This record gives sequence, C-alpha cells and structure tokens, in this order.
Amino acid sequence: MRAPTSLLPLRLENVRFEAGGRRIIDGISLEIGHGGRTVILGPNGAGKSVLLRLCHGLLAPSAGRVTWNLQQPSNGRHRQAMVFQRPVMLRRSALANVAYGLKLAGIGAREDHARASKALAAVGLEHLAGRSARVLSGGEQQRVALARAWALEPEVLFLDEPTANLDPAATREVEAAIAAIGDAGTKIIMVTHDLGEAKRLADEIIFIHEGRVLERAGAERFFSAPTSREAAVFINGELL
Amino acid sequence: MGTIGPAVSQAAVMIAGLDPQLVRIVALSLGVSLSAVLIATLVGMPIGASIAVARFPGRQATIVLLNALLGLPAVGVGLLVYLLLSRAGPLGEFGILFTPAAMVVAQAILVAPIIAAFSRQAVEDAWREYREQLDSLGAGPFQAALTLLWDCRFSLLTTVLAGFGRAVAEVGTVMIVGGNIDGVTRVMTTAIALETSKGDLPLALGLGIILMGLVLALNATAHAVTEFAKRHYG
Repeated sequence: MRAPTSLLPLRLENVRFEAGGRRIIDGISLEIGHGGRTVILGPNGAGKSVLLRLCHGLLAPSAGRVTWNLQQPSNGRHRQAMVFQRPVMLRRSALANVAYGLKLAGIGAREDHARASKALAAVGLEHLAGRSARVLSGGEQQRVALARAWALEPEVLFLDEPTANLDPAATREVEAAIAAIGDAGTKIIMVTHDLGEAKRLADEIIFIHEGRVLERAGAERFFSAPTSREAAVFINGELL
Repeated sequence: MGTIGPAVSQAAVMIAGLDPQLVRIVALSLGVSLSAVLIATLVGMPIGASIAVARFPGRQATIVLLNALLGLPAVGVGLLVYLLLSRAGPLGEFGILFTPAAMVVAQAILVAPIIAAFSRQAVEDAWREYREQLDSLGAGPFQAALTLLWDCRFSLLTTVLAGFGRAVAEVGTVMIVGGNIDGVTRVMTTAIALETSKGDLPLALGLGIILMGLVLALNATAHAVTEFAKRHYG
C-alpha cells in the first residue's frame, strides 16, 4: 500500500464555531477535493471568513473535525497557504517579503532568492522587487502576498476576499494572478461576497448563509438555476 | 542683566576651546547615560515585547503598572537606589554608592520602564496586524518575536532615543546616588544645579547649552528616523 501523497481532500465533519456566545458556523460538513476553483459565496456575516480560517487551521472548531487526507501536522502548513483581505506586508522589500515565507518553510537561502524572484515575476512585479513592500499600492501589495503564497508551491491556496479593497484595474490583475496559480495546479479555495468575482473565477460554488451550507453546485448551474430561495435572492442582488 | 552677557560669551569660549572641566563633565554624563540606556534596553525591550505577545492572567494589570512606571519620580528612584546601595542596605557590600556605577544603576531603573512600555505598544500593534499571516506561514513564537522586533526597528530606535533623553537630562537620581562629587560623579545636570547656586554662570551656561543642544539633537534624530521610515518603509 502506498502512503497518500496529497493533502486533499479536505474534510469538515459537522464543524461548529462559536465566539462570544454567537454561533458563527452551525454544523458544516464538506469535502473539498482536487480540481477547479472553489468559491465560497455568501452575504456579509455569513461566516465565510471564519470557515476559511477553520479550514486553514488558524481557528480551531468549537465542535466537529477538520481533517486532511494527509496527516502531517508538523510540516503540512506550507503545503497550504492563505492570502488575506488586507495584505500583511513586512517592513522590507517586496522580494524579501516573498523570500520570508520560503525561509520559514525551511527552503535553503540560495534557492530562496531564485524562487522568490520567479514568483514575483509570475505576478508581474519583478520590476518592483527591490521596493519597500509597504509603500506599494494596495493591488501591488496583494500581488506580493499572492507571490509569497505561490512561491511556497502550495497544494491548496485559501483566499479571503482578496480584492475587496481594490479598484477595478487592480482587481483584474489580482484575479489574473489567482487564475494563473490555479492553472499551475494549486487548488484554489476562495471566499467572496462579490457576485461578479464569483462568476469570473469559480468552477464550483459553495453558498453559505448564517453559518450553514445552503447549496453547492457547479458555477454555471448555480447562477442559472439556484435551488435555494436564499441563493436566488442573493444572485438577484437583493439583500438577505 | 550685566552679568549674563559676559557669562554667555565666556560659556561660548569654554565650549569652543573644549575646556577640560567641561569636557570631563560632558563625557561622564554621556558615559553614564549611554550605559544606563544600554542596560535598560537589554532588560526593558524583551520584557515589553513579551508582554505584547504573551497572554497571561494579570496582563492588563501589568500593562497599567508598566505605564504608571513611566511617570516614576526621579528622586523616588534615587532614594530607593540610595537605600539599596548604602552601607547598611542589602547591596551595600558592593560599595558602589557615590560612584558612576550607582548612577548607571539608578538611571537604568528610571529608563527601563520607558523602553518596556513603548516597546510593548509598538510590538503589540504590529502583532495585531501580523498575527494571522505569521501563523499562516508557520512562524513559531521565537521566529515571530524576531520578525516583530525587526519590523518595529524604527519605533524601537526612537524609543531608545527617548530613553536616553530622559536619562541624560534628569538630575534627581544622579544627585542622590552620585553625590555630585567633583571629578568623580559630577554630570551635566548636577553641575548646572551646583554652579548656578554658586553663581558660576559660565560653566552652568556652557553645560546648559550643550545639554539643550543634545536633547534637541536627540529629538531631531528621532523625528528624522520616523520620517525616513515612513517614507521608505511605510
């Protein structure tokens, strides 16, 4: 018998999360496997970001279990990466920000530099490699964050509303980078409340509302014929 | 008015001519305060950074206490260190009362809370911003602490400068534990106090000009560091 070599599928079994007496995630069971880009869609306050943090391991569930196909708690972290809504840039150059992630992942210093440069080039920022990351524009910072995640060559990349603070031009560039990362073989699991973004990027939609999964479907089917009333209302642009 | 004019020009002559007495006093001042700030930094910065990232019972009370220590009255610290170091005191056997070493200890006690409190604030702000990202990248506590300190390097540097400013300009503790002994423990502030009361204005004025210039330079440097960091590093 061969040992499993893939992190996926990711399994959530009846996961609940409570904070301050409020139930934010209310019994979610999911299995997310290889292939395609999965978008977790839902209105503000649905619990999307919390769900993503539970998957990534930044939060521990109050009840239920989050498991990966591969059990390797010690070195598994860098096989998954996350990009946040507000990019966290360290007070150093764009290139050093990317290399920092590689250093933590224990990749040799000489290799660091080459891999970091390659990742920056992949998001179209090689010309800004030497610039201080924190003085870059919001869109550029988010692309540095994507490069930092990509350089790790993660099997899974979590994205939490990565374009929520960006203008349309920057959004287009960030979305192109996300698509490229997905095409290169990384499983994309992204949270958004933006219908347009979900339509542009998703292969599959997981629709959540009030901490529950209401619907899961291929993107085309979801947008043309949602089965839940809430999803239909949301797709129509009405407030839930 | 008649004495001030000549006193100022005499003071200027002393500074320009590097008057040996003046130079000795300034050198001792700088030596004592730099040593004190070095010790206070080595002690205060790790304490401040630890409080910033650690969660423990009584943390809020510790922060309140730390901030209260910012306003520690210099003469109070002087008296405390005096009692500790006096012959009859618990540390009397070292025999360092009325030596520069005693002044270093007293100033370090005075400055360490400043450095700890400001470091705590800076590191905690950064920690709040970085925490999830560092967690996500798999940084352990030690690695995270190093990253935070390095990322806060500019605000920590201005904190150290502020600590040095407080140390070099204070008079209460060094007067009590140093004793203002000519040629041994006489620093700028105690010399100014003494020479003024004796009416020897040129030396007092010369030292006063240097001290004010030093404090001004420290603040200008702190400001420049902050501006540089903002412009180049964001």
